[in-house]
Amino acid sequence: MNDVSGPKKPRYSQLLGDKLWRNFVIGLPYFWLFLFFLVPFGIVFKISLADPIVAQPPFTALFDFGANAKSWLHATFDNYLFLTEDNLYWISYFNSIKIAGISTLLCLLLGYPMAYGIARSTPTVRNVLLMLVILPFWTSFLLRVYAWMGLLGKNGMVNGLLSYLGLIDAPLEMLYTNGAVYLGIVYTYIPFMILPLYATLEKMDLDLQDAAADLGAKPWQVFVDTTLPLSMPGIIAGSMLVFIPALGEFVIPTLLGGIDSLMIGRTLYDEFFVNRDWPLASAVATVLLIILVIPIMLFQRSQQEKE
Amino acid sequence: MNRSSRFVFSALCFGFAFLYLPILVLILFSFNDSSLATVWGGFSLRWYSALLNNEQIIDAALLSLKIAAVSATFATILGTMAGLALTQMGRYRGRLIFTGLIAAPLVMPEVITGLSLLLMFVSLQELIGWPVSRGASTITIAHITFSMAYVAVIVQSRLGSMDQSMEEAAMDLGGRPMQVAFDITLPLIAPSMLSGWLLAFTLSLDDLVIASFTSGAGASTLPMVIFSKIKLGVTPDINALATLIIGTVSIGILLASWVIFKQNKRHKEG
Amino acid sequence: MINKNISQAKQPASPYVAETPWLDPKAKPFIQIKGLSKQFDDFTAVNNISLDIYKGELFTILGGSGCGKSTLLRMLAGFEMPSAGQIIIDDVDMSGVPAYDRPINMMFQSYAVFPHMTVAQNVAYGLKKERVAKLEITRRVSEMLELVQLSDLAKRKPQQLSGGERQRVALARALIKQPKVLLLDEPLAALDKKLREQTQFELMNLQYQLGITFVVVTHDQEEAMTLSTRVAVMDQGQFVQTGTPTQVYESPKNRFVADFFGTINLFDATVISCQPNEGTASYDIKAKLDKTGTMVKAVGESLLSPASTITIGVRPEKIGISHERPEGDNLTIAKGVVEDLAYYGNRSIYRVRSESGRVIQVSAQNYQRSEQLSLEWDDQVYLSWDSSCNVVLTE
Repeated sequence: MNDVSGPKKPRYSQLLGDKLWRNFVIGLPYFWLFLFFLVPFGIVFKISLADPIVAQPPFTALFDFGANAKSWLHATFDNYLFLTEDNLYWISYFNSIKIAGISTLLCLLLGYPMAYGIARSTPTVRNVLLMLVILPFWTSFLLRVYAWMGLLGKNGMVNGLLSYLGLIDAPLEMLYTNGAVYLGIVYTYIPFMILPLYATLEKMDLDLQDAAADLGAKPWQVFVDTTLPLSMPGIIAGSMLVFIPALGEFVIPTLLGGIDSLMIGRTLYDEFFVNRDWPLASAVATVLLIILVIPIMLFQRSQQEKE
Repeated sequence: MNRSSRFVFSALCFGFAFLYLPILVLILFSFNDSSLATVWGGFSLRWYSALLNNEQIIDAALLSLKIAAVSATFATILGTMAGLALTQMGRYRGRLIFTGLIAAPLVMPEVITGLSLLLMFVSLQELIGWPVSRGASTITIAHITFSMAYVAVIVQSRLGSMDQSMEEAAMDLGGRPMQVAFDITLPLIAPSMLSGWLLAFTLSLDDLVIASFTSGAGASTLPMVIFSKIKLGVTPDINALATLIIGTVSIGILLASWVIFKQNKRHKEG
Repeated sequence: MINKNISQAKQPASPYVAETPWLDPKAKPFIQIKGLSKQFDDFTAVNNISLDIYKGELFTILGGSGCGKSTLLRMLAGFEMPSAGQIIIDDVDMSGVPAYDRPINMMFQSYAVFPHMTVAQNVAYGLKKERVAKLEITRRVSEMLELVQLSDLAKRKPQQLSGGERQRVALARALIKQPKVLLLDEPLAALDKKLREQTQFELMNLQYQLGITFVVVTHDQEEAMTLSTRVAVMDQGQFVQTGTPTQVYESPKNRFVADFFGTINLFDATVISCQPNEGTASYDIKAKLDKTGTMVKAVGESLLSPASTITIGVRPEKIGISHERPEGDNLTIAKGVVEDLAYYGNRSIYRVRSESGRVIQVSAQNYQRSEQLSLEWDDQVYLSWDSSCNVVLTE
């Protein structure tokens, strides 16, 4: 073409407005989460480096440009050192990991056959069962933990039933024990295990199992060779959804656990509200967050694979 | 029934009994005339009337409802925007961090979220004098922050399963991005926004730990009041309260899912 | 089903366009694609494509899945921005012009009919976005619904429509904007076979009457053949051959096109001689089929050196099949046994194993009305075709 001027330039209309809309939709939630979720972690870390003082707020400033300041930066690792010195914290962290880990395993053991059963039932039954799994999730977590207090107490239903049946003479100590904590965690978190498991099991092609059986695998071999490996994404997602919040659990050990049921969430809460040592509580939180980095990344990866 | 399906069946029975028996017992004993947890003293509504006369609990319940309604509404707006930003906006800088910021509140232990938000509020107060005091407003902000992530996930999964060409068709017919969002996208994801709102509402109503951290001296939400009471042991009026809450929520959820079910059926039947 | 009475629809009267504008050096292309490429990370979906499409054409881009045809269409519509190159439509450069500002509309493969709006609301959507006056919208919508014969269904929701009706809603919705170009993404793929044939003719009629340039993307070669003024066969992000359906079918450029666009029997052969044909730009080629040693004659487009290897292609319907050995000049003849036959009513497909051991596909019209098949399994038959039917393929 010998058109010297070349093609005409297009007429732009309100492109600026479109850009604004895009920036608004991305920017506002981003900004909100940045300000109220990400920045606070930075502040926790900052305060974990401060010294506790009796004042309002009860910690020293990280930067001090005052005339009397010995140096402008006032950071200390004393809080972290203290965590290593006092057995209480070691025990709390270790206990939390142990309790959360065992509870996750228990949730998996009970949740897997349930999810499997739901995924393999007829559509109508499936919807009803799913509803029954989801329903407790909507009802108050605190009150569901509380329900167990009534059941497990010295004068509770379980003891009452057992002594009525003549199985025990004196009431069993069930409430305020580690066992009650396990029970509470499994009870409250099992829907989080069942739902992702169900999602992977439901999608799974039933022909695969039939094919394995057809090729001569026994039922348990079919399960180990096809069903289990294929449901791994669900297992990981469900386990992380149980393990991570259970690790920092505060309500369950406080209400159902005994004095020796130390879990780090409870220790942190007490450090903050009872001892009012904010810097130490911040150090406890920072270490907890570091412990959680790996499971959270595992969870993120399992979510991304799903996409 | 063969051996393995019998095993699955008994796991289901045991699992659901485990999930529901404690709640049923709790509901039953809320109608117990006796104040002892094990002894059935006959049917009575005395704990319900005691509850209605308990001003502390009524006030706390009203405060909780208010916070839940406001935070759920804002969380739905922000969460929907976040869902749109993650699925419909293509690539932009910082998208990966954004994905992380959305997913992290879902699994973050409440003690950490609560502590970090409190310290944030304290620092803000020192820096710019706001918030002047902690209470309903700081709790609301905290609740918006963690429940918007839940809304975002719900909205995101709906958007992911939606036919992308709907929006492209609208754009092709001359709809600008904002018009397309309001004409096409939002009407199509409205049901998931509603369930997002409901979830945010119940999460807020239910939260103890984050509210305890971010609240000030004056404001006590319902879970905070309940917690301070049950720390000392079982009290029958809390049984009554629990029955009311669980009953209301269950009926609400069943109603909502019935409506959604009916709607789906109508759509399918066409 | 499409109403033939189109004068009421406010479409610009189609100006006279030459039947074959692409042969006219003075004709001005309506859509110009210049060096267009699209890169997704390390995958090149569209690789340096240039193409001119003229006003009033029904141009089809044909290719298998993943060949880049959808990406090309999406770049035309404005949903994807090119990594390199330019799209010019009616003299306006489309670079940086978003989809909603382009004088192009698209009919989506899924039809993408808005489920929460009635048929009328769907059709009106584009005009509303143009801020056309309410009365005018009502009038044009009812005209358009008349045109696609959906007037009775105006108040229906999409869930209550059949696939064919939805397709017409999508079409009406796009056409009411009076676009300069209508893009159609696999327009018939979602319809069943009977409906597809009917819709095909409706689309052609509509396009002819409205004079809008259609660009169709499809993987269905039959669709491409019947619909188009011209076809571009696409593979691995590039156009392999562009031409009228007859050109592409009868003179495929290489084995890929020959095989993709219809069915063809391919024979490896070696060139014996190649001489320019007096008075034309083509060459007379003599070649020997590698398997049987049969000598064949063919006409090629380029000069080939003796002993170079080529492929000779013959379409199944060009081959005659008979019990007796046919007589005639210029015939290539092979002997074989009917191994398979499929009766389609109007025609039959035979798979004949020739003496050399390879299977040749033959498609023959069933001229005579008979309840007996004239040819049966295991019959000894002769296959024959005129040497003008030999297609020379060099790649």
